[in-house]
Amino acid sequence: MAKVLLKGNEAVVRAAIEAGCKYFFGYPITPQNEIPEYFSKELPKIGGAFVQGESEVASINMLYGAAAAGARAMTSSSSPGIALMQEGIGYIAKAEVPAVIVNMMRGGPGLGGIQPSQADYNMCVKGGSNGDYRNVVLAPGNVQELVDMVQEAFDIADQYGILCIVLADGLIGQMMEPVELRKPKERPIPAKDWALTGRNGGKAHRVYNLKLQAPDLEQDNFDLFKKYAVIEKNEKRHEDYMMEDAEFAFASYGTASRVVRTAVDRLREEGYKIGLIRPQTLWPFPYEAFDRPQIKKFLDIELNMGQMVDDVVLGCGDKEKVEFFGHTGGVLITVDEVCDFAKKIMGGAK
Amino acid sequence: MSKIDRIFCAGFGGQGVMSMGQLLAYAAMLEEKEVTWCPSYGPEMRGGEANCSVTISDERIGSPLINNDASVGVFMNGAAYNKFIGKVMPGGKVFINSDLIDDSNPRTDITYYRIPVNTIATELGKIQLANMVMLGAVNDQAHLVDQDMLLEAFKKVFGAAKEKFIPINKEALAKGAEAAAKMF
Repeated sequence: MAKVLLKGNEAVVRAAIEAGCKYFFGYPITPQNEIPEYFSKELPKIGGAFVQGESEVASINMLYGAAAAGARAMTSSSSPGIALMQEGIGYIAKAEVPAVIVNMMRGGPGLGGIQPSQADYNMCVKGGSNGDYRNVVLAPGNVQELVDMVQEAFDIADQYGILCIVLADGLIGQMMEPVELRKPKERPIPAKDWALTGRNGGKAHRVYNLKLQAPDLEQDNFDLFKKYAVIEKNEKRHEDYMMEDAEFAFASYGTASRVVRTAVDRLREEGYKIGLIRPQTLWPFPYEAFDRPQIKKFLDIELNMGQMVDDVVLGCGDKEKVEFFGHTGGVLITVDEVCDFAKKIMGGAK
Repeated sequence: MSKIDRIFCAGFGGQGVMSMGQLLAYAAMLEEKEVTWCPSYGPEMRGGEANCSVTISDERIGSPLINNDASVGVFMNGAAYNKFIGKVMPGGKVFINSDLIDDSNPRTDITYYRIPVNTIATELGKIQLANMVMLGAVNDQAHLVDQDMLLEAFKKVFGAAKEKFIPINKEALAKGAEAAAKMF
């Protein structure tokens, strides 16, 4: 297929429809409004439905309902909207129904601002709802990867019965890049024989949350974590850039990682042996990618106050080796700043 | 290092600044180059300003953002010029709408192209062509894409219904290129 120039938000819709998504529930918020706008135009054409909920709380519960009925469905929002959805996210995790959320992050906390940010790392990766649960979290670094990951998110959700969050930011949503819609790799996707499709004289299906007997609920959690262990084994993903002979390594994902990539190019030209480890999945986190004793320092660069630092420390096993630089509240980092920070850490080491 | 062009375009909303960037980005894509187009959005857009950053490269693009490293600056009005002229790197090229911009105190480390795009567009019969006149000038002097590819991009961006406007847009591109070439 020929490439087309698409805005990230429009690309989400193309990818979702390509993946067979027929239902979207959402509530408007900048900087992701092109997603509901485009879905509202496209879904009626393919016999699907676009519903603008009265709130994010309503929208996530509509998604829960559609997913419980076995449909491929999604919602999208930006940071404060995702915060409102946390109750429903926990319900989806407990019910183990497959669903997809796209979060185009903006500055926080609270209502915050509307400029790009990565400050929902903790909320989405570590959990913002109650209980022991996980979401799969994918972190695209450009519009092509956004398209690939949105398509894959539906398959991952279906394969494991889990909520899959595509965690991008306002810049990726707003910018345009050439993209190609291509098929994701084949996955074993089980039949949805649990879905609420009507009894039709057969056995009743149930999708529910409440378990009043503690040992039963504990067993459910043990089962959930068995599933999570399989996902951790199968789905960790990262990309190395210039890491072959590196003595220092940046750790960065999404939009921040692009600025860092350019900084790597510039520092390499000056003779510094530095590379970039870019996590593409944030849960499961690619801890092993940071298990490199030869690296003297890991430089974590994010558009927040350092929310991934804990994971990089866990990966490399030495908190003395991890340094952080970032901007927050919607302010972007610059190549100059990243280079200056790196040189300060590396000193004269080339 | 591979060739990389970073083009920063700014002006008022309605002057076609965003479409100028999009046409360039689309044309570069048709030439199978790597390209990114980043718009301004949010508070600054709500004040009536518009700007976008286009990066064109032979290799995968890292940062799509332009800070003070634009190789080409395109300014359609005085407010945008005064606010963003610092984004053009030393040795860069800057194209200004000389009908609306007074650059009585120009930078000495960059090359200026002063194009009266409003006047030229008005002579062509439509002030709305000002951005295409500018694009013709920019592309001719900064050697970004094949000039005809911009018209291919026009078809893709604006669709079949607007194809009847191609001849006049082609003329606008040519007039812009001519005006820029005359400067040296």
